[in-house]
Amino acid sequence: MNQEKIITVQNLTKTFGTFTAVKGISFDVYKGEIFGFLGANGAGKTTAIKMLIGISKPSSGKAVVAGYDVVENTESVKKSIGYMSQKFSLYDDLTIKENITFFGGIYGLSRKNIKLKMNDLLTELSLQDVANKLVGSLPLGWKQKLSFSIALLHEPQIVFLDEPTGGVDPITRRQFWEMIYAEANKGTTIFVTTHYMDEAEYCDRVSIMVEGVIEALDSPKKLKEQFNVASMNDVFLKLARNVE
Amino acid sequence: MKRFIGFVTKEFYHIFRDKRSMFILFGMPIAQIMLFGFAITNEINNVNIAILDQSKDSETQKIISKISASPYFKIEQQLTTENQIEAVFKKGSVKAVLVFEKDFSKNLQTRNHSKVQVISDATDPNMANTITNYVHAILQKYIVELNKNNQPINHIQSQTQLYYNPELKSVFTFVPGVMTVILMLVSAMMTSISITREKELGTMEILLVSPLKPIQVIIGKVFPYIFLSIINAVVIVSLGFFVFKMPIEGSLFLLAFESVLFIVTALSLGILISTVSNSQQTAMMISLFGLMLPVIILSGFIFPISSMPLPMQIISNIIPAKWFIIIIKGILLKGVGLNVLWKETLILVGMTAFFIVLSIKKYKIRLE
Repeated sequence: MNQEKIITVQNLTKTFGTFTAVKGISFDVYKGEIFGFLGANGAGKTTAIKMLIGISKPSSGKAVVAGYDVVENTESVKKSIGYMSQKFSLYDDLTIKENITFFGGIYGLSRKNIKLKMNDLLTELSLQDVANKLVGSLPLGWKQKLSFSIALLHEPQIVFLDEPTGGVDPITRRQFWEMIYAEANKGTTIFVTTHYMDEAEYCDRVSIMVEGVIEALDSPKKLKEQFNVASMNDVFLKLARNVE
Repeated sequence: MKRFIGFVTKEFYHIFRDKRSMFILFGMPIAQIMLFGFAITNEINNVNIAILDQSKDSETQKIISKISASPYFKIEQQLTTENQIEAVFKKGSVKAVLVFEKDFSKNLQTRNHSKVQVISDATDPNMANTITNYVHAILQKYIVELNKNNQPINHIQSQTQLYYNPELKSVFTFVPGVMTVILMLVSAMMTSISITREKELGTMEILLVSPLKPIQVIIGKVFPYIFLSIINAVVIVSLGFFVFKMPIEGSLFLLAFESVLFIVTALSLGILISTVSNSQQTAMMISLFGLMLPVIILSGFIFPISSMPLPMQIISNIIPAKWFIIIIKGILLKGVGLNVLWKETLILVGMTAFFIVLSIKKYKIRLE
């Protein structure tokens, strides 16, 4: 595996008033890997991601994403990353084509480039027939796949996926992970959060966050050995139980 | 620039594909103007009245014919006894009854004095008041005619002249009022809703993660509404001018400038509302109760500010709509220019600057 670091996080902390959501976490993500970022609800995952994608300022600590400091060089960070949130994030009242044109446009892609990408994307997802339909009329699974493809439109070095498969059926989930693998093979770094422990097994490395702290970080195989259990699910439960 | 056009295009798709927005944007202004212009009116026209003429002589005939000749009254019924008065009121077929005393002409000639009684149905007090005033005016005119030949000894005659709206047409106050309400509604409510909608759907997050700067997002979102509000202002003024014959005495250029200024004031209020609310419902509630009601009640649109209790009068000063109504009434009806309206204009400019600074501050706090 490539050992070039694409995300470096050192002592990253976020406090809201007296509550510390993220307590000085440090980790590295390597170029081209699928990095699983796990944790129970309220463990501080979303807060950490928001700091990495430049929409929340860290209280202290440092994070470098794609070579740029998230505080000093937010604009360059934003150009280098793609983002897909847990809430479905395309416009329901725009057609597929209009959504692609809009998101291509705000990332500064040329009209010609957008057209080219649009054709590729529609063919790849076999959406040519519904290209002029409103996104709102598509099944959720299709929307998620489309959303992922649109997050990749400007060829970011890293793509952040915040619970991308929430509420999607197992078959679509499978297909979605195939898309993630294909993209990782092209060299894009994938930073993904999920609640599905079987998905955690697909990641190259996994970090597990508990109450604002990273409790474990390794490949799924090594984590299972370390905790002496059979599945990632058990690893997660063991860590979460230790807290209680 | 290309990004900006793309953004605005998207915004127009949102507006044109949402039936509710389309209705508020284009149905409301026309419906409101028509409603206020035609249906809601302080004037009286063709009011049904009844006459109880106990004298039936030449003088009463003359007065009755004067009344029935006026466009305000229609004589629905001739009564014969006093008992009938109550009955016709209860039936609701007439709004007023005129009762002439017995020997009306004779009394007038022998005693220089005779009586006519005006009884009106005060279940609608404004209407009753207006009716009695109109009847008095007609009688007064008749008396003046009667005395034309006789030299009155001491006599003070008040000569009334109504400037700027001699016919007291209520539509002249409704057009500026409706224009203010609509511009406020479209600019403040619609923008605050459309911004909070993106927050609610999670797309705002996506926009903030994109290389677009927050200020570009906000300008992209409000621009279509500036454009649509201007169209609305034009529609309302033209309806007033062509349909209701509302005069435009002052400069059109100044009118346009002041309207754009007020639109920007309202937009900055809309942005401010969107920074403090996280859902479309909240934004709508704040806009409706925080903006619309004060605009309608405290701006002088319907209720005159000078007759409000002092605390209300003081509060009305912080309502931007109050100043805008003064400005456009000044331009439309009095034809005055910036040399008179500079104070009101400066107040609006100051308010706008204040709202913009406040929303930028709020916005920054949110990003922390």
